[in-house]
Amino acid sequence: MTSQSGDMLVWLTIFGAAGVTYSLRIGGLLLAERLPKTGRFKRFMEALPGTILLSLIVPAALAAGPIGWLATLCTALCSLKTGNVFLSMMVGILIVAAGRWYGF
Amino acid sequence: MVFTSTQRQDLTEGFTANLVVSASVAAYGSVLGLMAAQKGLTWYQLLVMNLSVFAGSAQFVMVDMWLPPLPMAEIILAVLVINMRYLLIGASLNPLFRGTSLSHKALFMHLVADENWAMTMARFYKQPTTTWFLLGGGICVQSAWCFGTLLGHRLGAVITNPERYGLDFSFVAVFTALVFCFWKGRQDVLPWLVAAVVAALSESLMPGKWYIVCGGVAGALAAALLSPRGIGND
Repeated sequence: MTSQSGDMLVWLTIFGAAGVTYSLRIGGLLLAERLPKTGRFKRFMEALPGTILLSLIVPAALAAGPIGWLATLCTALCSLKTGNVFLSMMVGILIVAAGRWYGF
Repeated sequence: MVFTSTQRQDLTEGFTANLVVSASVAAYGSVLGLMAAQKGLTWYQLLVMNLSVFAGSAQFVMVDMWLPPLPMAEIILAVLVINMRYLLIGASLNPLFRGTSLSHKALFMHLVADENWAMTMARFYKQPTTTWFLLGGGICVQSAWCFGTLLGHRLGAVITNPERYGLDFSFVAVFTALVFCFWKGRQDVLPWLVAAVVAALSESLMPGKWYIVCGGVAGALAAALLSPRGIGND
């Protein structure tokens, strides 16, 4: 894409994608300010961070297969015992890496 | 701009807290950089994309769809769908940003990624945390992302197959390591169960990243509608 109109399309696509992404980021924050802070809305907003985090973890952990399940469990246990995020994370990665290395 | 010592400290701690996961971010960045070079994106187009879009999985889809003539509308729509979770993530940051000005919010929200969001919320539940911790993490992730993608674009992927070294798992690992910080007590059992089941089901039924939105909303709805004191009891 060397033509000038092609170049223009490249920038429009990039900035269009940036625009929608930024709108979602700032939009969520500004929208949440306008929601009521009591009752059901409050419980919804308080539960949200945890349920997002779990939704990030569960499908990806399930897809990682038996070695990934073991690694997820060990990471969780390590985090519960030590409270050390770095250590817990390394435990999980090393188990998966070792498992893949030996062909599990 | 004059920093207070708390701001400076939070900025630094946010940066260092995200260093390890940023190594994986850079490795995946180098894979994206290689793909982008093959698709004919110049290094500065890629850099502008990194700085302005700053969303890993969305950028992978963008580069994947990058074939002349550029399907601009389709690409932007795909990015909108994949990044829909940022609406929820942005909303969940509301307590952290309480009392800050609109320009502060507008500036700091740009550098929010899954990784530094999770790190910040986990710390926020344990100790007083400012938006500077979030920003420090965002700068760390953004730097690693730019470094990795440009390296991949100029020299080829540093690690052609990050899965071999378990690096794909590092994202699951960091979120799992943080999960107990998000736990507030027995009232979370049902919402978390609903979130897990709905996320797993929708991941197998729907394309892209819809599962994060579905799981997150379904779990939080369970918390809103089924209070511990009984169904529909406000």
